[in-house]
Amino acid sequence: MSVIQGQYDLSTGEGLLACPRCDALHVEEELAEGETARCIRCGTVLAKPRGGAFSQLIALSFTSMVLLLGAVFFPFLEISRMGFGNATSLFGVALAFADGVLLPLVLAVLAMVIGLPVLRAFLLVYTLVPLAQGSAPYRHAATAFRLSETLRPWSMAEIFVIGTSVALVKVAGLATVHLGPAFWAFCALILVNLASRGFMCQTTIWDAIEDAGQKTDGREMVEVRQP
Amino acid sequence: MSGAETGTGHRGPVMTAHRAGLLGCHSCGRVWPETRTRCARCGAVLVPPDRRRLQHVWAWWFAGLILYIPANLFPMMSTQTFAGLQGNTESTIIEGVMELIHYGNYDIAAIVFVASIVVPIAKFVAIAWLAMVAGRPATTEQAHTRLKIFEVVEFIGRWSMIDVFVVAILSALVQLGFVASIHPGPAAASFALSVAFTMLSAQSFDPRLIWRGLPLRSRTED
Repeated sequence: MSVIQGQYDLSTGEGLLACPRCDALHVEEELAEGETARCIRCGTVLAKPRGGAFSQLIALSFTSMVLLLGAVFFPFLEISRMGFGNATSLFGVALAFADGVLLPLVLAVLAMVIGLPVLRAFLLVYTLVPLAQGSAPYRHAATAFRLSETLRPWSMAEIFVIGTSVALVKVAGLATVHLGPAFWAFCALILVNLASRGFMCQTTIWDAIEDAGQKTDGREMVEVRQP
Repeated sequence: MSGAETGTGHRGPVMTAHRAGLLGCHSCGRVWPETRTRCARCGAVLVPPDRRRLQHVWAWWFAGLILYIPANLFPMMSTQTFAGLQGNTESTIIEGVMELIHYGNYDIAAIVFVASIVVPIAKFVAIAWLAMVAGRPATTEQAHTRLKIFEVVEFIGRWSMIDVFVVAILSALVQLGFVASIHPGPAAASFALSVAFTMLSAQSFDPRLIWRGLPLRSRTED
Protein backbone atom coordinates (compact mmCIF):
# COMPACT_ATOMS: atom_id res chain seq x y z
CA MET A 1 0.00 0.00 0.00
CA SER A 2 1.41 3.37 -0.95
CA VAL A 3 -0.32 5.22 1.86
CA ILE A 4 1.57 5.68 5.08
CA GLN A 5 -0.38 4.84 8.18
CA GLY A 6 -2.81 7.56 9.21
CA GLN A 7 -2.44 9.44 5.93
CA TYR A 8 -5.36 9.72 3.62
CA ASP A 9 -6.42 11.35 0.40
CA LEU A 10 -9.90 12.83 0.26
CA SER A 11 -9.91 12.97 -3.54
CA THR A 12 -9.06 9.32 -4.20
CA GLY A 13 -10.30 7.84 -0.94
CA GLU A 14 -6.98 6.14 -0.26
CA GLY A 15 -6.31 5.36 3.38
CA LEU A 16 -9.98 5.82 4.23
CA LEU A 17 -12.61 3.34 5.28
CA ALA A 18 -16.37 3.88 5.07
CA CYS A 19 -18.67 2.07 7.45
CA PRO A 20 -20.79 -0.27 5.29
CA ARG A 21 -23.78 0.34 7.58
CA CYS A 22 -23.83 4.11 7.95
CA ASP A 23 -21.25 5.50 5.52
CA ALA A 24 -19.21 7.30 8.23
CA LEU A 25 -15.64 7.93 7.08
CA HIS A 26 -12.76 6.57 9.10
CA VAL A 27 -9.01 6.80 8.66
CA GLU A 28 -7.23 3.47 8.33
CA GLU A 29 -4.67 2.76 11.01
CA GLU A 30 -2.79 -0.24 12.27
CA LEU A 31 -4.62 -2.11 14.99
CA ALA A 32 -3.03 -4.30 17.63
CA GLU A 33 -4.07 -7.94 17.91
CA GLY A 34 -7.15 -8.44 20.01
CA GLU A 35 -8.34 -4.85 19.55
CA THR A 36 -11.73 -4.17 18.04
CA ALA A 37 -12.48 -1.14 15.91
CA ARG A 38 -16.08 -0.01 15.91
CA CYS A 39 -17.79 2.56 13.75
CA ILE A 40 -17.85 5.88 15.55
CA ARG A 41 -21.47 6.49 14.65
CA CYS A 42 -23.39 3.21 14.53
CA GLY A 43 -21.05 0.92 16.47
CA THR A 44 -20.71 -1.69 13.72
CA VAL A 45 -17.53 -3.73 14.11
CA LEU A 46 -15.16 -2.55 11.38
CA ALA A 47 -12.16 -4.70 12.21
CA LYS A 48 -11.15 -7.15 14.91
CA PRO A 49 -7.83 -8.75 14.04
CA ARG A 50 -7.00 -11.86 16.05
CA GLY A 51 -3.58 -13.46 16.31
CA GLY A 52 -3.08 -16.36 13.90
CA ALA A 53 -6.62 -15.94 12.57
CA PHE A 54 -5.72 -16.98 9.02
CA SER A 55 -4.27 -20.36 10.03
CA GLN A 56 -7.16 -20.95 12.44
CA LEU A 57 -9.69 -20.18 9.71
CA ILE A 58 -7.93 -22.53 7.27
CA ALA A 59 -7.91 -25.30 9.89
CA LEU A 60 -11.58 -24.76 10.72
CA SER A 61 -12.52 -24.71 7.03
CA PHE A 62 -10.82 -28.08 6.51
CA THR A 63 -12.59 -29.41 9.58
CA SER A 64 -15.98 -28.38 8.25
CA MET A 65 -15.18 -29.93 4.84
CA VAL A 66 -14.34 -33.25 6.52
CA LEU A 67 -17.45 -33.10 8.68
CA LEU A 68 -19.66 -32.33 5.69
CA LEU A 69 -18.16 -35.17 3.65
CA GLY A 70 -18.81 -37.49 6.58
CA ALA A 71 -22.33 -36.16 6.88
CA VAL A 72 -22.99 -36.99 3.22
CA PHE A 73 -21.80 -40.57 3.33
CA PHE A 74 -22.85 -41.74 6.79
CA PRO A 75 -26.46 -42.52 7.69
CA PHE A 76 -28.35 -39.55 9.02
CA LEU A 77 -31.43 -40.83 10.87
CA GLU A 78 -33.16 -44.15 11.26
CA ILE A 79 -36.62 -44.94 12.57
CA SER A 80 -38.43 -48.15 13.32
CA ARG A 81 -41.89 -49.14 14.43
CA MET A 82 -43.75 -52.46 14.46
CA GLY A 83 -41.11 -54.17 12.39
CA PHE A 84 -41.15 -51.47 9.74
CA GLY A 85 -37.99 -49.49 9.54
CA ASN A 86 -36.56 -46.72 7.42
CA ALA A 87 -33.17 -45.05 7.32
CA THR A 88 -32.32 -41.89 5.49
CA SER A 89 -29.16 -40.10 4.46
CA LEU A 90 -28.86 -36.41 3.71
CA PHE A 91 -29.52 -37.12 0.05
CA GLY A 92 -32.67 -38.91 1.10
CA VAL A 93 -33.78 -35.79 2.93
CA ALA A 94 -33.28 -33.65 -0.14
CA LEU A 95 -34.87 -36.23 -2.41
CA ALA A 96 -38.02 -36.11 -0.29
CA PHE A 97 -39.05 -33.32 -2.64
CA ALA A 98 -38.19 -35.31 -5.75
CA ASP A 99 -41.68 -35.87 -7.11
CA GLY A 100 -43.74 -33.38 -9.04
CA VAL A 101 -43.56 -29.61 -8.78
CA LEU A 102 -41.29 -29.68 -5.74
CA LEU A 103 -38.30 -30.95 -7.74
CA PRO A 104 -36.33 -27.65 -7.72
CA LEU A 105 -36.50 -27.75 -3.94
CA VAL A 106 -34.23 -30.83 -4.00
CA LEU A 107 -31.40 -28.77 -5.43
CA ALA A 108 -32.13 -25.85 -3.13
CA VAL A 109 -32.03 -28.02 -0.01
CA LEU A 110 -28.88 -29.83 -1.14
CA ALA A 111 -27.21 -26.49 -1.88
CA MET A 112 -28.19 -24.84 1.38
CA VAL A 113 -27.27 -27.79 3.58
CA ILE A 114 -24.18 -29.29 1.90
CA GLY A 115 -23.18 -27.49 -1.30
CA LEU A 116 -22.76 -23.95 -0.04
CA PRO A 117 -21.01 -24.83 3.25
CA VAL A 118 -18.48 -26.95 1.32
CA LEU A 119 -18.06 -24.28 -1.36
CA ARG A 120 -17.57 -21.55 1.23
CA ALA A 121 -14.99 -23.61 3.12
CA PHE A 122 -13.14 -24.23 -0.15
CA LEU A 123 -13.24 -20.55 -1.17
CA LEU A 124 -11.95 -19.49 2.22
CA VAL A 125 -9.05 -21.95 2.04
CA TYR A 126 -8.27 -20.79 -1.51
CA THR A 127 -8.18 -17.16 -0.35
CA LEU A 128 -6.31 -17.63 2.90
CA VAL A 129 -3.61 -20.25 2.23
CA PRO A 130 -1.21 -17.89 0.41
CA LEU A 131 -2.11 -14.99 2.71
CA ALA A 132 -1.28 -17.03 5.82
CA GLN A 133 2.18 -17.67 4.35
CA GLY A 134 2.62 -13.98 3.65
CA SER A 135 2.80 -14.44 -0.11
CA ALA A 136 0.73 -13.01 -2.94
CA PRO A 137 -2.88 -14.25 -3.13
CA TYR A 138 -3.91 -16.65 -5.88
CA ARG A 139 -5.67 -15.31 -8.95
CA HIS A 140 -9.25 -14.16 -8.37
CA ALA A 141 -8.81 -14.42 -4.61
CA ALA A 142 -10.87 -11.23 -4.18
CA THR A 143 -13.73 -12.69 -6.23
CA ALA A 144 -13.50 -15.94 -4.29
CA PHE A 145 -13.67 -14.22 -0.93
CA ARG A 146 -16.47 -11.88 -2.01
CA LEU A 147 -18.47 -14.86 -3.29
CA SER A 148 -17.90 -16.64 -0.01
CA GLU A 149 -19.22 -13.62 1.89
CA THR A 150 -22.24 -13.23 -0.41
CA LEU A 151 -23.14 -16.88 0.10
CA ARG A 152 -22.86 -16.67 3.88
CA PRO A 153 -26.59 -16.14 4.61
CA TRP A 154 -27.54 -18.94 2.21
CA SER A 155 -25.51 -21.68 3.86
CA MET A 156 -27.93 -23.00 6.43
CA ALA A 157 -26.30 -25.99 8.11
CA GLU A 158 -27.12 -24.73 11.61
CA ILE A 159 -30.75 -24.08 10.70
CA PHE A 160 -30.91 -27.61 9.34
CA VAL A 161 -29.82 -28.99 12.72
CA ILE A 162 -32.59 -27.10 14.53
CA GLY A 163 -35.02 -28.34 11.85
CA THR A 164 -33.83 -31.88 12.55
CA SER A 165 -34.54 -31.56 16.26
CA VAL A 166 -38.03 -30.22 15.56
CA ALA A 167 -38.63 -33.16 13.20
CA LEU A 168 -37.35 -35.61 15.81
CA VAL A 169 -39.82 -34.36 18.39
CA LYS A 170 -42.62 -34.68 15.86
CA VAL A 171 -41.62 -38.25 15.05
CA ALA A 172 -40.91 -39.29 18.64
CA GLY A 173 -44.51 -40.26 19.32
CA LEU A 174 -44.78 -42.19 16.08
CA ALA A 175 -41.67 -44.36 16.10
CA THR A 176 -38.28 -45.01 17.68
CA VAL A 177 -35.51 -42.84 16.27
CA HIS A 178 -31.80 -43.65 16.03
CA LEU A 179 -29.39 -40.80 15.40
CA GLY A 180 -26.69 -41.58 12.84
CA PRO A 181 -23.10 -40.26 12.62
CA ALA A 182 -24.18 -37.68 10.03
CA PHE A 183 -26.43 -36.06 12.62
CA TRP A 184 -23.56 -35.69 15.08
CA ALA A 185 -21.32 -34.39 12.31
CA PHE A 186 -23.83 -31.59 11.77
CA CYS A 187 -23.91 -30.79 15.47
CA ALA A 188 -20.10 -30.55 15.46
CA LEU A 189 -20.34 -28.33 12.39
CA ILE A 190 -22.28 -25.73 14.38
CA LEU A 191 -19.43 -25.47 16.89
CA VAL A 192 -16.88 -25.23 14.08
CA ASN A 193 -18.89 -22.44 12.47
CA LEU A 194 -19.14 -20.55 15.75
CA ALA A 195 -15.37 -20.78 16.27
CA SER A 196 -14.81 -19.72 12.68
CA ARG A 197 -16.98 -16.65 13.17
CA GLY A 198 -14.90 -15.63 16.16
CA PHE A 199 -11.74 -15.53 14.05
CA MET A 200 -13.33 -13.98 10.99
CA CYS A 201 -12.40 -10.38 10.24
CA GLN A 202 -13.31 -9.37 6.70
CA THR A 203 -11.44 -6.04 6.86
CA THR A 204 -8.20 -7.79 7.78
CA ILE A 205 -8.62 -10.28 4.92
CA TRP A 206 -9.45 -7.56 2.38
CA ASP A 207 -6.46 -5.60 3.52
CA ALA A 208 -4.21 -8.65 3.21
CA ILE A 209 -5.53 -9.31 -0.32
CA GLU A 210 -4.87 -5.69 -1.27
CA ASP A 211 -1.38 -5.69 0.19
CA ALA A 212 -0.66 -8.69 -2.08
CA GLY A 213 2.54 -10.33 -1.09
CA GLN A 214 3.87 -7.45 0.95
CA LYS A 215 4.75 -8.35 4.47
CA THR A 216 2.14 -6.35 6.36
CA ASP A 217 -0.02 -7.63 9.10
CA GLY A 218 -2.85 -5.85 7.40
CA ARG A 219 -4.48 -4.39 10.45
CA GLU A 220 -6.12 -1.09 10.58
CA MET A 221 -7.38 1.30 13.17
CA VAL A 222 -10.14 3.70 12.54
CA GLU A 223 -10.33 7.34 13.31
CA VAL A 224 -13.02 9.79 12.41
CA ARG A 225 -12.36 12.86 10.39
CA GLN A 226 -14.00 16.04 11.56
CA PRO A 227 -15.67 18.00 8.77
CA MET B 1 -10.78 12.39 17.49
CA SER B 2 -10.17 8.70 17.61
CA GLY B 3 -12.99 6.29 16.99
CA ALA B 4 -11.65 3.73 19.40
CA GLU B 5 -11.68 6.16 22.30
CA THR B 6 -15.07 7.73 21.89
CA GLY B 7 -16.82 4.48 21.04
CA THR B 8 -20.38 4.56 19.84
CA GLY B 9 -21.70 7.48 21.81
CA HIS B 10 -20.66 9.98 19.16
CA ARG B 11 -23.12 12.87 18.94
CA GLY B 12 -21.63 15.59 16.79
CA PRO B 13 -21.68 15.79 13.01
CA VAL B 14 -19.98 12.86 11.32
CA MET B 15 -18.20 13.07 7.99
CA THR B 16 -19.67 10.52 5.64
CA ALA B 17 -18.18 9.22 2.43
CA HIS B 18 -21.21 10.53 0.58
CA ARG B 19 -20.74 14.08 1.85
CA ALA B 20 -17.05 14.00 1.11
CA GLY B 21 -17.93 13.24 -2.51
CA LEU B 22 -16.69 9.67 -2.12
CA LEU B 23 -18.26 6.28 -2.39
CA GLY B 24 -17.76 3.53 0.15
CA CYS B 25 -17.79 -0.11 -0.95
CA HIS B 26 -20.61 -1.96 0.80
CA SER B 27 -18.69 -5.21 0.62
CA CYS B 28 -15.19 -4.33 1.85
CA GLY B 29 -15.43 -0.74 3.10
CA ARG B 30 -12.75 0.67 0.78
CA VAL B 31 -13.45 4.25 -0.29
CA TRP B 32 -13.39 5.39 -3.93
CA PRO B 33 -14.11 8.59 -5.89
CA GLU B 34 -17.78 8.91 -6.76
CA THR B 35 -17.18 8.38 -10.47
CA ARG B 36 -16.00 4.81 -9.98
CA THR B 37 -18.49 2.01 -10.61
CA ARG B 38 -16.58 -1.01 -9.35
CA CYS B 39 -14.43 -1.54 -6.29
CA ALA B 40 -10.88 -2.36 -7.40
CA ARG B 41 -10.15 -4.20 -4.18
CA CYS B 42 -13.01 -6.68 -3.92
CA GLY B 43 -14.69 -6.31 -7.31
CA ALA B 44 -18.13 -5.44 -5.93
CA VAL B 45 -20.31 -2.99 -7.82
CA LEU B 46 -20.30 0.38 -6.07
CA VAL B 47 -23.75 1.76 -5.38
CA PRO B 48 -24.41 5.24 -4.04
CA PRO B 49 -26.87 5.42 -1.12
CA ASP B 50 -29.94 6.38 -3.11
CA ARG B 51 -33.63 6.01 -2.37
CA ARG B 52 -34.27 4.83 -5.92
CA ARG B 53 -32.50 1.59 -5.02
CA LEU B 54 -35.43 0.84 -2.72
CA GLN B 55 -37.32 -0.39 -5.80
CA HIS B 56 -35.34 -3.63 -5.52
CA VAL B 57 -36.41 -3.98 -1.90
CA TRP B 58 -40.07 -3.50 -2.82
CA ALA B 59 -39.89 -5.88 -5.78
CA TRP B 60 -38.54 -8.75 -3.67
CA TRP B 61 -40.89 -7.77 -0.84
CA PHE B 62 -44.00 -8.14 -3.02
CA ALA B 63 -42.72 -11.38 -4.53
CA GLY B 64 -42.23 -12.75 -1.03
CA LEU B 65 -45.64 -11.55 0.15
CA ILE B 66 -47.47 -13.05 -2.83
CA LEU B 67 -45.85 -16.45 -2.27
CA TYR B 68 -46.56 -16.29 1.45
CA ILE B 69 -50.32 -16.58 0.71
CA PRO B 70 -50.25 -20.04 -0.96
CA ALA B 71 -47.67 -21.07 1.64
CA ASN B 72 -50.36 -20.69 4.28
CA LEU B 73 -53.34 -21.93 2.29
CA PHE B 74 -51.94 -25.15 0.82
CA PRO B 75 -50.89 -28.14 2.91
CA MET B 76 -47.29 -28.24 4.04
CA MET B 77 -47.35 -32.03 4.33
CA SER B 78 -49.76 -34.93 4.39
CA THR B 79 -49.59 -37.72 6.93
CA GLN B 80 -50.97 -41.16 6.18
CA THR B 81 -51.32 -43.65 9.04
CA PHE B 82 -52.23 -47.32 8.61
CA ALA B 83 -52.66 -46.92 4.88
CA GLY B 84 -55.22 -44.21 5.37
CA LEU B 85 -57.41 -46.31 7.65
CA GLN B 86 -56.56 -44.32 10.76
CA GLY B 87 -56.61 -41.04 9.00
CA ASN B 88 -55.03 -39.19 6.15
CA THR B 89 -54.36 -35.68 7.29
CA GLU B 90 -53.13 -32.79 5.22
CA SER B 91 -51.91 -30.00 7.41
CA THR B 92 -51.08 -26.40 6.61
CA ILE B 93 -48.54 -24.50 8.68
CA ILE B 94 -51.03 -23.37 11.29
CA GLU B 95 -52.67 -26.80 11.47
CA GLY B 96 -49.24 -28.31 12.11
CA VAL B 97 -48.80 -25.97 15.07
CA MET B 98 -52.29 -26.86 16.37
CA GLU B 99 -51.42 -30.53 16.13
CA LEU B 100 -48.26 -30.04 18.16
CA ILE B 101 -50.22 -28.17 20.85
CA HIS B 102 -52.81 -30.93 20.81
CA TYR B 103 -50.14 -33.52 21.60
CA GLY B 104 -48.67 -31.34 24.33
CA ASN B 105 -45.41 -30.36 22.59
CA TYR B 106 -45.73 -26.73 23.60
CA ASP B 107 -42.08 -25.76 23.21
CA ILE B 108 -41.76 -27.22 19.71
CA ALA B 109 -45.12 -25.69 18.81
CA ALA B 110 -43.74 -22.35 19.94
CA ILE B 111 -40.59 -22.77 17.80
CA VAL B 112 -42.58 -23.65 14.68
CA PHE B 113 -45.15 -20.92 15.34
CA VAL B 114 -42.47 -18.27 15.81
CA ALA B 115 -40.31 -19.45 12.90
CA SER B 116 -43.03 -19.83 10.30
CA ILE B 117 -45.73 -17.33 11.30
CA VAL B 118 -44.48 -14.63 13.67
CA VAL B 119 -41.07 -14.11 12.04
CA PRO B 120 -42.26 -13.91 8.40
CA ILE B 121 -45.07 -11.47 9.22
CA ALA B 122 -42.87 -9.33 11.47
CA LYS B 123 -40.28 -9.33 8.68
CA PHE B 124 -42.75 -8.09 6.07
CA VAL B 125 -43.86 -5.29 8.41
CA ALA B 126 -40.30 -4.36 9.42
CA ILE B 127 -38.88 -4.26 5.88
CA ALA B 128 -41.83 -2.23 4.59
CA TRP B 129 -41.47 0.25 7.44
CA LEU B 130 -37.70 0.56 6.97
CA ALA B 131 -38.10 1.11 3.24
CA MET B 132 -40.75 3.78 3.82
CA VAL B 133 -38.82 5.79 6.38
CA ALA B 134 -35.38 5.31 4.78
CA GLY B 135 -33.72 8.57 3.80
CA ARG B 136 -36.23 10.68 5.73
CA PRO B 137 -34.94 13.02 8.42
CA ALA B 138 -34.48 11.29 11.75
CA THR B 139 -32.82 11.79 15.09
CA THR B 140 -29.73 9.81 16.01
CA GLU B 141 -31.74 7.65 18.41
CA GLN B 142 -34.28 6.79 15.71
CA ALA B 143 -31.48 5.89 13.32
CA HIS B 144 -29.92 3.60 15.91
CA THR B 145 -33.28 1.88 16.46
CA ARG B 146 -33.80 1.44 12.73
CA LEU B 147 -30.35 -0.03 12.24
CA LYS B 148 -30.98 -2.44 15.10
CA ILE B 149 -34.29 -3.52 13.55
CA PHE B 150 -32.58 -3.99 10.20
CA GLU B 151 -29.89 -6.14 11.77
CA VAL B 152 -32.48 -8.27 13.54
CA VAL B 153 -34.42 -8.74 10.27
CA GLU B 154 -31.22 -9.62 8.43
CA PHE B 155 -30.18 -12.11 11.09
CA ILE B 156 -33.49 -13.80 11.71
CA GLY B 157 -34.76 -14.10 8.13
CA ARG B 158 -32.98 -17.32 7.26
CA TRP B 159 -34.28 -19.10 10.35
CA SER B 160 -37.73 -19.31 8.80
CA MET B 161 -36.30 -22.02 6.55
CA ILE B 162 -36.64 -24.42 9.54
CA ASP B 163 -40.10 -25.46 8.46
CA VAL B 164 -38.95 -26.48 4.99
CA PHE B 165 -36.21 -28.64 6.50
CA VAL B 166 -38.65 -30.20 8.94
CA VAL B 167 -40.93 -31.21 6.07
CA ALA B 168 -37.97 -32.59 4.10
CA ILE B 169 -36.65 -34.62 7.03
CA LEU B 170 -40.07 -35.96 8.01
CA SER B 171 -40.93 -36.94 4.44
CA ALA B 172 -37.63 -38.72 3.97
CA LEU B 173 -37.72 -40.43 7.32
CA VAL B 174 -41.31 -41.41 7.87
CA GLN B 175 -41.75 -43.92 5.06
CA LEU B 176 -42.96 -46.89 7.06
CA GLY B 177 -45.09 -48.35 4.33
CA PHE B 178 -48.35 -49.56 5.84
CA VAL B 179 -47.83 -47.99 9.29
CA ALA B 180 -47.22 -44.37 8.47
CA SER B 181 -45.92 -42.17 5.69
CA ILE B 182 -45.48 -38.47 5.25
CA HIS B 183 -45.38 -36.59 1.95
CA PRO B 184 -44.50 -32.96 1.31
CA GLY B 185 -47.19 -30.59 0.09
CA PRO B 186 -47.04 -27.70 -2.39
CA ALA B 187 -46.83 -25.13 0.41
CA ALA B 188 -43.26 -26.27 1.15
CA ALA B 189 -42.04 -24.85 -2.17
CA SER B 190 -43.90 -21.56 -1.95
CA PHE B 191 -42.85 -21.10 1.67
CA ALA B 192 -39.19 -21.73 0.77
CA LEU B 193 -39.42 -19.22 -2.08
CA SER B 194 -41.19 -16.69 0.13
CA VAL B 195 -38.40 -16.92 2.71
CA ALA B 196 -35.74 -16.64 -0.01
CA PHE B 197 -37.41 -13.57 -1.54
CA THR B 198 -37.73 -11.78 1.79
CA MET B 199 -34.07 -12.54 2.46
CA LEU B 200 -33.21 -10.94 -0.88
CA SER B 201 -35.47 -8.02 -0.04
CA ALA B 202 -33.64 -7.41 3.24
CA GLN B 203 -30.28 -7.82 1.50
CA SER B 204 -31.10 -5.21 -1.11
CA PHE B 205 -31.98 -2.66 1.54
CA ASP B 206 -29.11 -0.20 1.92
CA PRO B 207 -28.67 0.57 5.65
CA ARG B 208 -26.75 3.72 4.75
CA LEU B 209 -30.10 5.25 3.78
CA ILE B 210 -31.12 5.11 7.44
CA TRP B 211 -28.48 7.71 8.16
CA ARG B 212 -28.96 9.87 5.09
CA GLY B 213 -31.43 12.28 6.65
CA LEU B 214 -29.41 12.89 9.72
CA PRO B 215 -25.96 14.46 9.60
CA LEU B 216 -26.97 17.88 8.26
CA ARG B 217 -29.73 18.06 10.80
CA SER B 218 -27.52 17.38 13.77
CA ARG B 219 -25.09 19.93 12.43
CA THR B 220 -27.73 22.67 12.49
CA GLU B 221 -28.82 21.56 15.93
CA ASP B 222 -25.34 21.88 17.40
